[in-house]
Amino acid sequence: MIPLFVLTFATYILATAAYIVFFFNQNNKIRTTARYILLAAGIAHTITIGSRYLAAGHTPLTTHHDTISFFAWSVTWAFLSFRWRYKIKNFGSFVSIIIMILMIIAAFSSKRIAELPPALQSGWLPVHASIAIVANGFLALAFCGGIMYLLQERELKQKRFGLFYSRLPSLDALDSLNQHCLAIGFPLMTLGIITGSLWAKQAWGAYWQWDPKETWSLITWFIYAALLHQRFTVGWRGRRAAIMAIVGFCAVLFTLWGVTYLLPGVHSYVG
Amino acid sequence: MSVDRIQVLGVNHKTAPVAVREKLCFSNDLDAPFSALRAISACDEFCFLSTCNRVEVIYTSSEQEEAARAIRRFLFSKCRVNDDEAVAYTYLHQGDKAVNHLFRVASSLDSMVVGEPQILGQLKDAYRESSARKTTGVILNRLLHKSFSVAKRIRTETNIGSSAVSISYAAVELAKKIFGNLDNKKALLVGAGEMAELAAEHLINQGVSEVIVANRTLERAVTLAQRFNGSAVALSELISQLEVVDIMLSSTGAPGLILHKKDVKPVMRKRRNRPLFLIDIAVPRDLDPKLNDLDNVYLYDVDDLSNVVEMNKSERESEACTAERIVAEDTLKFLQWLDNMEVSPTIAAIRSKAEIIRKAELEKTFHHLHPSAKEKKSIDKLTSAIINKLLHDPIMFLKENHSPEARKQKLDWARKLFSLDVDSGK
Repeated sequence: MIPLFVLTFATYILATAAYIVFFFNQNNKIRTTARYILLAAGIAHTITIGSRYLAAGHTPLTTHHDTISFFAWSVTWAFLSFRWRYKIKNFGSFVSIIIMILMIIAAFSSKRIAELPPALQSGWLPVHASIAIVANGFLALAFCGGIMYLLQERELKQKRFGLFYSRLPSLDALDSLNQHCLAIGFPLMTLGIITGSLWAKQAWGAYWQWDPKETWSLITWFIYAALLHQRFTVGWRGRRAAIMAIVGFCAVLFTLWGVTYLLPGVHSYVG
Repeated sequence: MSVDRIQVLGVNHKTAPVAVREKLCFSNDLDAPFSALRAISACDEFCFLSTCNRVEVIYTSSEQEEAARAIRRFLFSKCRVNDDEAVAYTYLHQGDKAVNHLFRVASSLDSMVVGEPQILGQLKDAYRESSARKTTGVILNRLLHKSFSVAKRIRTETNIGSSAVSISYAAVELAKKIFGNLDNKKALLVGAGEMAELAAEHLINQGVSEVIVANRTLERAVTLAQRFNGSAVALSELISQLEVVDIMLSSTGAPGLILHKKDVKPVMRKRRNRPLFLIDIAVPRDLDPKLNDLDNVYLYDVDDLSNVVEMNKSERESEACTAERIVAEDTLKFLQWLDNMEVSPTIAAIRSKAEIIRKAELEKTFHHLHPSAKEKKSIDKLTSAIINKLLHDPIMFLKENHSPEARKQKLDWARKLFSLDVDSGK
């Protein structure tokens, strides 16, 4: 189980390294290699998570290590699933860095399998947790797209053509990436909150009890809802949409970590 | 004639930013600059060239410093710039470097977009204006004609023209970075000049679906629009057109800004923030530089576009290398001609020509006459005497002391009369 994780981790390192090399030398052979290595890493990661499930006897989404590892897994597969339909130049280089950071965090947290607290022993656990985290995977892609948009826009506005101008895709492509990621990520996130609420009713007898994690999920939800609303009504796009996607993802990360470590509540068993 | 008397003083896109260049523009009235330049006594002959990326004076003078200072004062008369700053914004070439510079300008090697075809036409126009006002003389006539033939030679012997990456090409590159692809995008041309035409062609090749032309005279707009199956609108409809177009290319000769930030801000709301790409190739500029601060508006002026052009420069560099060699070659040829414009080489040339003819004729005569040695000697003396007596007066006339201008004129006539420059005058 641990060796499996190490293997996955090493494959991710290789994929990220290949993507970074590709970013600088723009050699298409390296990109193809990087893509296959990432696909291999994604498969290895799936097996790792599967073996965690067998070892724990329940869905492995309750410890910090498992959650973050699953987060990285979602980003990887969200990206790979996107690759079928979109070609976004050098998107992989940015996404692989995000995956790498998540994997490093996962690697440094305790890999001990925890006993499942009674409150979590429910069929809702895999449904709620996995939907919420897969939503985060797509939102992470929107975040990458936002960063790329701002970098490209900066070069176009300032008219100084450096590292990014030729390597990044057109602003239009990055803006539609933002829209597509949110079009998938936002409904998943909504579904995550709804399933969580149903589960809360079953476990604690109330749909909503303003626990910090719930509050912050709602705040995050509102950020994305505002962005989508503005996009469809007054045509918010480009820079503002990119900034909102970045802000939204920061809220996602705060909901994930900030709330757990800074604001104790009923969700604080994760850790 | 000393080559050092030929000078070029000017401002171009390399020495001065567009903010300075647009203040020097002399687009409308050419009489004013010509009379101002004519008043500079240190300047003998001159030709005045003014395009959107350069203003330069090609002149001959024997008091170089005085002339340069006066011309700088003339160039910067419309802006508050002291002489030191003016020196920093201008280039001054003298002698062979001036000749070289002019040849490079004519053949588009010194252009912002190397190889663009318009500069030669602009230089020809400038020469026509100058010679119509009789401000050019023997030296500049010859020099400018030579520069036209150098440009022509470079165009036929190198690929520099066909690989020319124009400003509009650069604009298309940028448009693709903003819009992804240009299918179903609409372009608005404001001003119907040659540059606008060229750009419209590029844009249509890249998939732009519709071209709208706005011009001060509607008639010209209609003609251009017809060429591209587009529509023509009046200049007053500019703002409302901005709601539907994606790319706007402005190249009017208007003296001031035609579009301000406050005009475009409400338009962006109506456009639902769809990106708007504004290209300003006019000098002086047509579009408010502050427009670039608006979200989703991308404004590029000629200087900005040249940065993009810079990026695909290397492909053209080998062609430019060949072209530079041709320029160097023809500069040397011109300098030779100029050397010959001195009195003594001209006299020597006349004498040697006469001598060659005399020798050839004697040879022919002796061939069938078979004279004795004594007869040969006296015929030889006779022919020499005839030639010397015949050439005496013209040579004395050439040697007389005249003003430099009259002497140049005289030498030119003499050389033409005796046909001393075989490849000259075409």
